[in-house]
Amino acid sequence: MAVRIDRDKCMYCGACTSVCPFLALELRETYVHVHEDKCKECGICVKACPVGAISLPRGDTQ
Amino acid sequence: MKYDREWDVIVVGAGPAGIKAGEELAKRGLKTLVIDRKQEIGAPKRCGEGLSMRWIKISGLEPEPIWARQYINGAILISPKGKKIVIDTDKLGKGSGYIIERKMFEKFLAANAIRAGAKFMLKANVYDLVMEDDYVKGVRVNYMGDDLELRAKIVVAADGVDSRIGRMAGLNTTLPLTEMDSGFQYEMAGVELLDPNKMELYFGNEVAPRGYVWVFPKGKDVANVGIGINGANEKTARYYLDKWIEENWDRFKNASVIEINAGGIPVTKPVDEFVGNGIMLTGDAARMVNPIHGGGMGTALEAAGMLADVAKEAIASGDVSKEKLKKFQDMWMEKHGEEFAKILKVRHFFERLNDEQLEAIADMALKGGLTPDVLVDLGHGKGLVEVAKALLKASPAAAKLVWEFIKG
Ligand SMILES: Cc1cc2nc3c(=O)[nH]c(=O)nc-3n(C[C@H](O)[C@H](O)[C@H](O)COP(=O)(O)OP(=O)(O)OC[C@H]3O[C@@H](n4cnc5c(N)ncnc54)[C@H](O)[C@@H]3O)c2cc1C
Repeated sequence: MAVRIDRDKCMYCGACTSVCPFLALELRETYVHVHEDKCKECGICVKACPVGAISLPRGDTQ
Repeated sequence: MKYDREWDVIVVGAGPAGIKAGEELAKRGLKTLVIDRKQEIGAPKRCGEGLSMRWIKISGLEPEPIWARQYINGAILISPKGKKIVIDTDKLGKGSGYIIERKMFEKFLAANAIRAGAKFMLKANVYDLVMEDDYVKGVRVNYMGDDLELRAKIVVAADGVDSRIGRMAGLNTTLPLTEMDSGFQYEMAGVELLDPNKMELYFGNEVAPRGYVWVFPKGKDVANVGIGINGANEKTARYYLDKWIEENWDRFKNASVIEINAGGIPVTKPVDEFVGNGIMLTGDAARMVNPIHGGGMGTALEAAGMLADVAKEAIASGDVSKEKLKKFQDMWMEKHGEEFAKILKVRHFFERLNDEQLEAIADMALKGGLTPDVLVDLGHGKGLVEVAKALLKASPAAAKLVWEFIKG
């Protein structure tokens, strides 16, 4: 499992990719690619996102 | 478009840091390629577009009509309760500048770089580094669907707040959540501005926790209306900005949006290591951002000359080791290390103030206990002792905070 990114909300701004401690999120030109094998669902990116586009599969932030 | 496979320097990232580095490297006779994943330089912008005259001059530029949108001669600081402190920077003789059109600015800079001999490759995502014997020897890039391996004597990571390239090379560029501001902005037309030549900055823990709301004029009724809040906040930057706009609806009732922007702003200290074997970090990637307001264009531009001098010397000597390239970090730290450490201290002080204490500072400023001069100097890491003293007088409850600050 890994975080989910709502592509309709995502501004592909790179706030989440910048704080991901595991390099699990990678900014591409018009979306954020999630490396599911690297994501530890720590929830840091969920807080960092300026528009609330990221959620944990469990639906909470921790 | 055809591209050579071998370069003296490959710069990853065509933002202000990378474009200007490209120009300075090319000017020194180095065969330079600047790569960006975006298909258009300068867009989408992730920026409030404020650039002071000081940085424009340091970068060897003059304000050009195609990118210098609005002359700014000061700021209006607004306290949580709405008290306004007006700073006239023309009168002070420092701090004036422009709200620029960033896309045009970056394209203008890129054209200069190209005239100096640099080449650009767009819609090209660098996904890996070529590493040999512990040295960075080039990049692997996907250029419009094709995977290419490009080699260079030095790779410059100007890849912005993400700073992934540095991490690929083994440098620690991890950015803690509490040291990144989460930013969100609407560019709007039809806004009622307090003064079209002044930046408006709104403070308060309800307005923007550990940050501020800004209104940066780009014309008589056009403005970047944005917010930066501490990354660790439970609610989003967008939530706080929408709330603020609603609470100030009178000024926005005839306005609407022409662009939406978001982004992360590193408000932290510079990275511990700017360089490794065959690699140099610059701009946001090296966290060269003024941590009090998050402005990073100026330092990103300024660093290019230092970077290019060091790169040229290293390539000429055939030694691009970390030890050799470290001179870049030494030069930058010599210039800004102490200043930026002080500015970070100012930030940490202000981050801890509650609304009552912020209000007390505003009162002091209005009564003349804190001059505009001191307030502007805070942005350069000076004057904190004056503010702390004023706060101590105005709000005895703040004594503990001040004491802790003086001790630390
Ligand atoms: C909301 C907000 C408001 C701001 N307001 C201001 C302001 O008013 N004034 C100011 O001075 N600063 C402001 N800043 C900060 C400023 O935008 C940055 O400091 C500045 O952009 C840093 O320039 P840079 O060249 O280092 O990085 P960037 O401008 O971020 O450029 C990095 C480039 O690298 C490219 N890239 C990254 N990784 C790769 C890869 N793997 N492959 C290919 N290309 C890659 C990106 O596409 C990007 O174009 C603001 C920031 C935000 C988010």
